[in-house]
Amino acid sequence: MSDALWYLARGTGVTALVLLTVVVVLGVANRRSRPAFGLPRFGVALVHRNASLLAVAFVGVHVVTLFFDPYAQLRLADLVLPFGAEYRPLWTGLGTLGVDLLAAVVVTSLLRQRLGVRAWRAVHWLAYACWPAAWLHALGAGSDAGTWWLQAVAGVSLLAVLAAVAVRAFGTPRPAAQGNAPGTPRPAAQGNAPGTTRPAARGNGPGTTRATQGDAPGTPRPDTRGNGIPVSVRAGSGVR
Amino acid sequence: MSVLHVDWTRCDGRGHCSELLPEVLVADEWGYPLSRDGAREIPDAVLRHAKLAVEHCPLMALRLTPT
Amino acid sequence: MTARLLATHDGMHDAPPYAPSERLIELVRDAGLTGRGGAGFPTYRKLEAVRNARREGKARRDAVVVGNGAEGEPASAKDAVLLERSPGLVLDGLQLAAGAVGASRAYLHVAHQAVPRLERLLAARRDPVPVTLQAAAPTFLAGEESAVVAAIEGRRAVPRDKFRRITEAGVRGAPTLVQNVETLAHLALVARHGPRWFRAVGTADEPGTFLATVTGAVRSPGVYELPCGAPLGLAIERAGGLAVPARHVLIGGFHGAWVPARAGLPISRAGLAPFGASPGAGVVAVLAAGRCGLAETARIVAYLARESAGQCGPCRNGLPRLAAALAQAVQQAAEQTVPQAAEQAVPQAAEVARIARIVSGRGACAHPDGTVRLVRSALAAFADDIEAHREGWCIEG
Repeated sequence: MSDALWYLARGTGVTALVLLTVVVVLGVANRRSRPAFGLPRFGVALVHRNASLLAVAFVGVHVVTLFFDPYAQLRLADLVLPFGAEYRPLWTGLGTLGVDLLAAVVVTSLLRQRLGVRAWRAVHWLAYACWPAAWLHALGAGSDAGTWWLQAVAGVSLLAVLAAVAVRAFGTPRPAAQGNAPGTPRPAAQGNAPGTTRPAARGNGPGTTRATQGDAPGTPRPDTRGNGIPVSVRAGSGVR
Repeated sequence: MSVLHVDWTRCDGRGHCSELLPEVLVADEWGYPLSRDGAREIPDAVLRHAKLAVEHCPLMALRLTPT
Repeated sequence: MTARLLATHDGMHDAPPYAPSERLIELVRDAGLTGRGGAGFPTYRKLEAVRNARREGKARRDAVVVGNGAEGEPASAKDAVLLERSPGLVLDGLQLAAGAVGASRAYLHVAHQAVPRLERLLAARRDPVPVTLQAAAPTFLAGEESAVVAAIEGRRAVPRDKFRRITEAGVRGAPTLVQNVETLAHLALVARHGPRWFRAVGTADEPGTFLATVTGAVRSPGVYELPCGAPLGLAIERAGGLAVPARHVLIGGFHGAWVPARAGLPISRAGLAPFGASPGAGVVAVLAAGRCGLAETARIVAYLARESAGQCGPCRNGLPRLAAALAQAVQQAAEQTVPQAAEQAVPQAAEVARIARIVSGRGACAHPDGTVRLVRSALAAFADDIEAHREGWCIEG
């Protein structure tokens, strides 16, 4: 029986790693807003989402079987608190850390509509910590550590994730992608002092009349081209 | 009939909605959703697809309100 | 014509004979006062909307009123002048509006130069509703209604999505009334003198006076108070007459439209509608004959493109394209280049029209729409010049 648990734990673990790799690659690819792997944009997003839920299922089985595996010696606390296990605490702890991060990312994604984009996005960045934790855990925690096939799987997964990140970082951006970050400061918006109620007085004297070379008070500073439409020149305060 | 509201300050032209609701939306040259006939009304026949578009917008920039 | 807004002395009006606030909305409705910030929306409807938002339980917070004197429009100076000459009237209007909608807080959003003087004035008054001064960012969009709300909330002064109207959810979710300072000044006078007095000048559909900023090819550019519906010729006459001959006038502001410089053209919604124009924020900018209208428009559109808040894709991408297409149309004449194969080169006017269609109505605010309006009116007003430019010369020489 314990053999069956052992095989199940190893199988689900490797599968989970492969699935999580797929999730990360698709998630990164989706940010480029182009069809990828033969899928339309919304398709990439959907497969990313479904693969992550599948990964959660496999991780769940992996954790449960290990909990009941006599050799793993996991206590309940070790399922959520990392680095406290008896057996290979560091490597196992990385797995626990991965589970914690995965839970945070997945739960916030499922509750996205309620949380709002900013909160959701902040937590989603943890995926970049989750995958490396899972990957390292896969390399060192199990009884298959050191085998050629496991290292091959880990190697291919790493290449896939690095390739995806490289394409995202160095690939040609979309035509509209420059300055896309919401709230990118625009040159015209500098000089906005939020919440200022009492800016230092400029010593302008009452009102906004600016002296304009001896013209009658309130003549707008002439546009240097003469008789054009003033741009960025405050017309004066001539009053009739 | 329902009205599809785009929060343009959130929309990033990712193009998921124009893929999910091609009857009503098409992507402009920068990727932002453009209404085919200029209207914002969603006929009931494609309401299901419109709801999918709203749910799957990566930036949650869409809203559907019944009229 | 007796000046009204600008005839009042600045300073306090202690215990002016104002009508009680419950009646104010009625008076404003009867007077037919419309917003002087550019949109021309009936003021009483806005007052009602904000008052009702609280009453009908659409909002849990007390209402807020904001006097908007940001005047992001570079060609306009009326708000600055009004705040300099009759700030007491504006502050009275602010209090009256606050009373009418049941607001517990008031804000005055003005250019930073105006803050010190207004601070002193506020300190000397005893207003029932506390007024907080807010310095406006010197940007074109800082005066947009939702940008004003953002500025007061301490955030970047850019427009926001208006799924929920500002009148229902504005400053920190409270029902918010944002009114141009000139509108508030008129409101104070209506409360004092009554609707019939207000309607004594202007037209039946557009009563009262407005402040026009007359600039460009006139002898005495400045801010002048005119009756609504006054002919263009009167505005120019008050500004000292034409300095040089002129054929076109930009009405309303940078989001306005070009109209022919006809003396009899009434500055009213009705009179300007045939040209796709409206009085807007009261800008009357006269273009000297001899200056290329297309070049001026290209310059303005380049400015408007730079002033985009950058939040909305169609505006952020489309306006610079619009500016570039216009600049190219102008450039062809400047360089006296003739397209090698005129039939193959896409006429710049068509490209401009195409982009104009794409950016309209697709943004959190009306910045792209206003820009498109200006561009369309330029294409219409300077149609013959566009052909000339395409062939490598300019009508204005």
